[in-house]
Amino acid sequence: MPTVLNTPSDEKTGTVTSKPVIVIEHLYKQFGRNVVLEDFSLTVYKEENVVVLGKSGAGKSVLIKCVIGLLKPDKGNIMVLGENVTALNDDDLDRVRSKVGFLFQANALYDSMTVRENLEFPLRRHWINISQKEVEKMVKEALENVALLHTLDMMPSELSGGMLKRIALARTLILKPEIILYDEPTTGLDPVTAREIDQLILKLQKKYHTSSIIISHDMNCVKNIADRVILLLDGKCYADGSYDELEHSTDQKIKQFFE
Amino acid sequence: MSLITNTEDFLEQTGKISRFAGHFFSHGIKPRFEIKELLSQCYLIGYKSFPLVGLTGFIMGLVLTMQLRPSLVSYGVQSELPVMVGIAIVREIGPVITALIFAGKIGSSIGAELGSMKVTEQIDAMEVSGTNPYKYLVATRVVATTLMLPILTLLGDAISLFGAYIGVNISSVTSLRFFFTQVFQSLTYSDIVPAVIKTLFFGFAVGIIGCYKGFNSTKGTQGVGISANSAVVLSSVLIFIIDLLTVQLTNLIGLN
Ligand SMILES: Nc1ncnc2c1ncn2[C@@H]1O[C@H](COP(=O)(O)OP(=O)(O)OP(=O)(O)O)[C@@H](O)[C@H]1O
Ligand SMILES: [Mg+2]
Repeated sequence: MPTVLNTPSDEKTGTVTSKPVIVIEHLYKQFGRNVVLEDFSLTVYKEENVVVLGKSGAGKSVLIKCVIGLLKPDKGNIMVLGENVTALNDDDLDRVRSKVGFLFQANALYDSMTVRENLEFPLRRHWINISQKEVEKMVKEALENVALLHTLDMMPSELSGGMLKRIALARTLILKPEIILYDEPTTGLDPVTAREIDQLILKLQKKYHTSSIIISHDMNCVKNIADRVILLLDGKCYADGSYDELEHSTDQKIKQFFE
Repeated sequence: MSLITNTEDFLEQTGKISRFAGHFFSHGIKPRFEIKELLSQCYLIGYKSFPLVGLTGFIMGLVLTMQLRPSLVSYGVQSELPVMVGIAIVREIGPVITALIFAGKIGSSIGAELGSMKVTEQIDAMEVSGTNPYKYLVATRVVATTLMLPILTLLGDAISLFGAYIGVNISSVTSLRFFFTQVFQSLTYSDIVPAVIKTLFFGFAVGIIGCYKGFNSTKGTQGVGISANSAVVLSSVLIFIIDLLTVQLTNLIGLN
């Protein structure tokens, strides 16, 4: 029954040389008796934005947490930039993580630190020898990207939900990662800001040649940024294709998402 | 809000906490050390607890003296008051009361802080930012509680003894010097050393239980509240158990 509509995006974009940056093979993950991922496979190619659709509780967040090594899958392999994250030691995992940005669904900003300290944290942690001047410059640049420079010395508790999301986004992007995993980047934002975030994601993709997995329920966002859309259903990759292909699918389960 | 409902639960908890504590020795105290975070925790945990420990210590010394006096008077041995109070404070009451106060203040704050960091995924965020949360959050706090509690206890003891001096002075005038000479003449290393050593264990227990409860917090405000609460209850009970064990141990090795 699974309707795999399309495979690599190469065919679509015509760039045959595109190389895979994330390869997920036969992934299984369960919590107790709750089977979340069951034989899930997905390949993300360089400079590609892959959107993951799925119902609430389908396991989308679990999936990207496995990719960054926050959760250990029960079975299966995950190659990120050519390294198997399921089998790396802590130091090697940190090295891979410094090239991967992760935007948490609920922001996960450190509420005991100012915005500045929040942004400095990943910089100082991953790049131990970075100079103070460099840090300042990068923090300012990251905040300018999300138009929130004036919040530099504020505490997260003083900011609105949408501002927090943008700060979290700035923190995710500050290391100029090669791969970015976005967990619902536009949820809870007004339409104007949401479109700005879309544009930012696209701009980064162009400028730094990043590849992304984006979890989203916001169909405008999906339409704007997706090179490829997959549907996560019953722990598997149920459908895989371009936005248009999925939008015009006759499969009832796919249609639901585009209504 | 049952803490430990049955034996199975109890054993499971014990096993998990032991593993958590074991992890501290196998992974927590290895380079690279989080010196900056450790110092800031020592400040928050040690320095900030001092007023509370000092106040309770002072009152305890004062009240203890006032309460003991009538009994000693009836036996005609009121001159022994400084000796008795000194031994009681240094060997038992000082360490245990300080540790309990410490568990109430620090155990709950560690449990709540780490608990809310856990449920809001801040701990995961640290991990993806190239930081081992076990080293950065747990090891620094546990080392800080282990080092700070003995220091707080010694300071608390001193303030308690001063309170006792005031208590003695309420009914008979004694010089400060005479009082402390009497106290210290009766105290030996075998009174002080085991008492300090046991506070190391008390401090370790408060830190590790607070962190364990925080790291295993369940979602929601209620989950965080339960973590903070059970961290205090469990570490207080552990303090008494450790106290009991150290008394037996020091008796065994003849340090009495
Ligand atoms: N740490 C965990 N321990 C136990 N169960 C978990 C854990 N994390 C996730 N789950 C379970 O895995 C399932 C998938 O959760 P996940 O957070 O991935 O959903 P999601 O697809 O991201 O949903 P949403 O769109 O609501 O964010 C849920 O049933 C959840 O209860
Ligand atoms: Mg999710």
